[in-house]
Amino acid sequence: MSLENFLIVAAIIFAIGLYGAMTKNNAITVLMCIELMFNGVNISAVAMSRYIVPASVLENPQAADEVVRFLLTGQVFTVFIITVAAAEVALGLAIVLSIFRQRGSIFVSDAAELNK
Amino acid sequence: MLGQGTEASLLANIIFWTIAVSSIIAALAVVILKDLFRAALFLIVSFLGVAGMFVLLRAEFLAVVQVLVYVGAISVLIIFAILMTQDVEEGSPSNKFRLPMAIFSVLFAALAIYVAVTTNWNTLEAAIAAGTFTADTTARIGEVYSNTIPWIGRLLLRDFVLAFEVASVVLLAALIGALALIRER
Repeated sequence: MSLENFLIVAAIIFAIGLYGAMTKNNAITVLMCIELMFNGVNISAVAMSRYIVPASVLENPQAADEVVRFLLTGQVFTVFIITVAAAEVALGLAIVLSIFRQRGSIFVSDAAELNK
Repeated sequence: MLGQGTEASLLANIIFWTIAVSSIIAALAVVILKDLFRAALFLIVSFLGVAGMFVLLRAEFLAVVQVLVYVGAISVLIIFAILMTQDVEEGSPSNKFRLPMAIFSVLFAALAIYVAVTTNWNTLEAAIAAGTFTADTTARIGEVYSNTIPWIGRLLLRDFVLAFEVASVVLLAALIGALALIRER
């Protein structure tokens, strides 16, 4: 259990989400795969803040107040990512539902007017 | 200080790999399964695995937030959306980019893993072992990890207070926007 292990798992989950988000035709599956990508990013952000010391702190190790900041910034960042992900999925599903109401389809390929 | 000892580390390794493998398999099932509802259930399993990883990373607060927001709220939203669009019984077909995207994703994962393994990280344990920090600072690090929640609260309301307030506006805008989008006209 080291930084590399967590980063490997995060990369694999992100890549699975990337594959799904790019290839699936159902808008809800695309949203689920985007959530998977968010999770991969969150794992790597928290693992970085847990295991890594920034070079600025290594050069100036006396600043004890900086310690809290470098230990927990990744976690605070992840709190914001989770907030934005919650807002994103609420809006995304509302858009999917209103598209479904208008045209009876939730396939991404059926909502491609901008591509014509 | 950070949970040392060979037995603790062996047990933690077993737990880590169990969680990692199950959450990767659940993520694969989300992509592979034809049935949308089952895919959503596997998505919940994957979210729970990520929450377990947060516990292993000493981020207990985030683990609770993950369970509340992802497992509790987002997955319920997704399942409701699936139920409301249930008459689309065609599952989730793939488009024509299937093979190129599979190759691209595998290459991306391989590149990310290569970078993660070969980079020479400045790790916290190495810095403590090398005696970079004073005893005072090392004690402070142990104190922070013994209970992270007050420190996170202090960071949120002191250093990141602007982002914190903007996040509340983002949530309000998303709430109003979602209501406006799905309102019957």
